[in-house]
Amino acid sequence: MNAIAIDRLTKRYGTQAALDEVNFALPEGALLALLGHNGAGKTTLMKLMLGLIRPSQGRVEVLGCDPAGAALAFRRQLGFLPENVAFHDEMTGRATLRFLARLKHEDLHACDGLLERVGLAHAADRRVKTYSKGMRQRLGLAQALLGNPRILLLDEPTTGLDPVLRQEFFAILSELRQGGTTVVLSSHILTELEARTELVAIMRQGRLAAWGSLPELRKAASLPIRIRLSTPGAARGVAERLGGLDIAHVNDNSVELVCPLEDKMTVLRHLAGLGGAVTDMDLHLPSLDDLYVHFGHGADRKEVSP
Amino acid sequence: MSPILVIAGKEIADGLRNRWIVGATLVLALLACALALLGSAPTGSLGVKPLAVTVVSLASLTIFLVPLIALLLSYDSIVGEVERGTMLLLLTYPITRADLLIGKVLGHCCILAIATVVGYGGAGLAVGLGQGSDPQSWAAFGLLLVTSVMLGGAFVALATLVSLLVRERGTAAGVAVALWLAFVVLFDLAVLGLLVAGQGVIDPRLFPWLLLANPADVFRLANLTGFDNVRMFSGMAGLAADIRFGPGLLLGVLGAWVIGPLAAALLVFRRREL
Repeated sequence: MNAIAIDRLTKRYGTQAALDEVNFALPEGALLALLGHNGAGKTTLMKLMLGLIRPSQGRVEVLGCDPAGAALAFRRQLGFLPENVAFHDEMTGRATLRFLARLKHEDLHACDGLLERVGLAHAADRRVKTYSKGMRQRLGLAQALLGNPRILLLDEPTTGLDPVLRQEFFAILSELRQGGTTVVLSSHILTELEARTELVAIMRQGRLAAWGSLPELRKAASLPIRIRLSTPGAARGVAERLGGLDIAHVNDNSVELVCPLEDKMTVLRHLAGLGGAVTDMDLHLPSLDDLYVHFGHGADRKEVSP
Repeated sequence: MSPILVIAGKEIADGLRNRWIVGATLVLALLACALALLGSAPTGSLGVKPLAVTVVSLASLTIFLVPLIALLLSYDSIVGEVERGTMLLLLTYPITRADLLIGKVLGHCCILAIATVVGYGGAGLAVGLGQGSDPQSWAAFGLLLVTSVMLGGAFVALATLVSLLVRERGTAAGVAVALWLAFVVLFDLAVLGLLVAGQGVIDPRLFPWLLLANPADVFRLANLTGFDNVRMFSGMAGLAADIRFGPGLLLGVLGAWVIGPLAAALLVFRRREL
């Protein structure tokens, strides 16, 4: 079953289309990373999936229901972490979580465990006012995890988290996904997502500019590989021996060349034959950042059908 | 536990934490005691019941103070949460918007009820037990407490409606003060002006009905004309003879002033997109 199904979804504010004919379906237990810069429609898409706003056109279905018209029981299965999450400053972390747990009809005993899990147990009885950005984010994560939701929507979840906590955050996510939770998260810190996402959606001006797994997107974008050779003192000689390869940059000590993804092995074999003149080699595959720049800002837009 | 009670409970806890409850109670108690002491001085030899006099002075105090406290308490209840960003998260929880709104109004009404009952109750007990009273005075005092809370509820509901209609906290505060001025100060002046200017043109029998358009006046009528002994000291005996609104009707109208704005707020909130 698809946990989330979105069909020709459009949301207009006045004449401005915040979201324009977006289509996709997300199977249960998947993790989707929504990428896009501000105003690309990520938050609008999340609000539609939460039922906070209604579509101008098209349909959104979450767990088989229309989120804007669904019964309250549906919302108990959702966890949401808004961008720049805010709480009442005067309440303590523990009181905040217990208040929200009551609203979600969850066991109050679960709160202490959750605070422990996100690393806030030591500050649970301090007022939220005294919390750092990262601590608020952790509290936000704790409330999103209340009641083991089946759908987890996280808007910029890792901002303000230190690297250790980020690791823990992704560990928590993969644990939840093993239990069948579907996760949608948006982010602009792309590198951290690379190893952890199977599905990426790149949004641009309210449209889905690209959708697919990382290898699929790499292929669709056909971005070249960059290879940097360290050739102390022998750069020109090496450059001459490279023959037909596309040389991007040469200086005294290194040669940089680009080649299409599919020629990678041929080129590497050729480079291996260059002998001692090449002391080191760096291989740079197109990263999520490159893909994001390509699909999110790039002049020639390539549609990848979902 | 019902989500309405969870929300109301949190509002009351907030009121305790930020000392709204303590502050409002103290202000009401201090002024009530001052009025009770002053009010009882000249009546001793006339054989009147001091408690009845206290009811008259407390009613006047309520008209000025309770709407102001209610408006200040509630003007940012919605717009404040939207501005801070806490509303977005709250609305993704399994509660209806009606639950949220009713819970907040209920919580604020409870805060007012605590402040009024404790603040006035002390003064009333001191005067009633110490200086003399009769059952009718106690009934009048009871009515004063109930209607004070209802008047507060009406302005809590109005302020909540304002809080939904504006986009910024500052605007809400401005509108709240304007509402207080309009209902508590300007309305009576306007009615008076109309009465003078409209002599011979407007049927004077219309004026009592005009008063029902203002919850503060409904409160005044209910308290100052409700009981004979109070009516005497309030200078309303003559007026009361003309205005034959029963206490039931007045309480009903005051109740409608709570329900009406609340219902309007519910309608607005349901259509609101965040």
